[in-house]
Amino acid sequence: MQALGIDVLLKGNNFIRLIDGLCTALRISLVSVIFSIVFGIVFGIVMTYKNTVISVVSRVYLEIVRIMPQMVLLFIVFFGTTRMFGLNLDAELASIIVFTFWGTAEMGDLVRGAVSNIPKHQYESSYALGLNKAQTYFYIVIPQTLRRLIPLSINLVTRMIKTTSLVMMIGVVEALKVTQQIIEANRMTAPNAAFGLYLTVFILYFLACWPISLLASYLEKKWSA
Amino acid sequence: MADKLLTIEHLKKSYGDNLILKDFNLTVNRGEVVVIIGPSGCGKSTLLRCINGLEEIQGGEIKLYGEKIDRNKKNIAEIRQKIGMVFQSYELFPHKTVLQNIILAPIKVQKRSKSDVIKEAEYLLEKVGLSDKRDVYPRQLSGGQKQRVAIVRALCMHPEIMLFDEVTAALDPEMVREVLDTILELAKQGRTMIVVTHEMSFARAVSDRVLFLDKGEIIEEDIPERIFDNPKTERARRFFNTFEYDAVKNHTDTLNRKV
Ligand SMILES: Nc1ncnc2c1ncn2[C@@H]1O[C@H](COP(=O)(O)OP(=O)(O)O)[C@@H](O)[C@H]1O
Ligand SMILES: [Mg+2]
Repeated sequence: MQALGIDVLLKGNNFIRLIDGLCTALRISLVSVIFSIVFGIVFGIVMTYKNTVISVVSRVYLEIVRIMPQMVLLFIVFFGTTRMFGLNLDAELASIIVFTFWGTAEMGDLVRGAVSNIPKHQYESSYALGLNKAQTYFYIVIPQTLRRLIPLSINLVTRMIKTTSLVMMIGVVEALKVTQQIIEANRMTAPNAAFGLYLTVFILYFLACWPISLLASYLEKKWSA
Repeated sequence: MADKLLTIEHLKKSYGDNLILKDFNLTVNRGEVVVIIGPSGCGKSTLLRCINGLEEIQGGEIKLYGEKIDRNKKNIAEIRQKIGMVFQSYELFPHKTVLQNIILAPIKVQKRSKSDVIKEAEYLLEKVGLSDKRDVYPRQLSGGQKQRVAIVRALCMHPEIMLFDEVTAALDPEMVREVLDTILELAKQGRTMIVVTHEMSFARAVSDRVLFLDKGEIIEEDIPERIFDNPKTERARRFFNTFEYDAVKNHTDTLNRKV
């Protein structure tokens, strides 16, 4: 028991704090995902327009997101804005901004792919049945786009939850940070608690992400045409 | 006097500089089955797509019962309801079941009562032998089954005329028959149809009139008995000959592959 640090975990409100930390991580990912989906749909549809300016700007944006480590983005937004604009961004808000910046790019790319993947003949067979443009989008194009999109965006959620472990670097007290604090506080009395505590964090992350992952692969299977 | 259902006058269609249909004229009477035959790339699909307003045309007129078909006019969706089109690649909607595919347009576009439409869909599915597929998704069907569903879907809109564009070209040989039988049955019911096909014996059986098309022009036009057995033009004769040779060759190829 002691070797695994379970007693440390159960001491005081340590476990509650850990759960709290996990909730912070989930909150950051959830809020960011919602913003990413909304902005991503707009961005994705805009990208399907054949316009040189739009395509250059979006290419640059996508490349930045792809190349930059999220950590660098976090530092730029959190510390950079303070220096540059004298803004004092809340760390959690800074995280949400960075995650949304990242998520919008990924969602946008997914939306663009999903929309332009719908074959021209699907539109035509719909028109041939007498559906007008709006009906075709509503009954044929959008449902098919969403089906392709939902499993992929669920994957994005799990990746975001995982990546929230980085936000402690800018001072957000999420699960990993709480764990470190607990370990520090009990360094004298329970020097070996680290393994058990990190294992707990591992299990908590797993419990949060696994059902989401399962849902994604279930939907993917169910809707694969 | 014959009842003119579809009239095409001086139709001109090009893709950029590529002139596909120069000055195309055709009248289809009510109840008539017109089969169009011609080498690949001669403009058969383009013609059907123009009739359905899926293509911008560069000149001439297409009229259905005197009503002009113009893809840019507001009433195009309404006219298209009267024209049933079946594509080579079926184009069922993958996110909807067989029944949902069939009843979507009658309910949402024609605003017909859902229970009536379902009843009709079930009746038509039974006639093509697919009652048991009512609630499955297109991906669970064979090509021949998909194509029969696509035909039922078009029929359920009560079209005045049906357009078939090489609807068996993508099918495995053993499935061609079931689809052709379905179309033959429609012909017996007296439906008006334009059928593009490479199945010669089917063309002979189904058609009232055969058009031989080459490079966007009608080279020869006659009743099936005469055009197949005794083509007037050298081009048509050559085409039918090549065709038979190719058919034999393809057939042997398939057999060889199976062995
Ligand atoms: N969307 C298009 N853009 C440009 N050219 C096209 C297009 N569709 C068809 N064509 C050309 O038009 C010609 C006739 O095509 P099509 O009507 O499909 O022939 P068929 O159905 O008789 O085989 C072909 O030369 C083809 O390359
Ligand atoms: Mg064709």
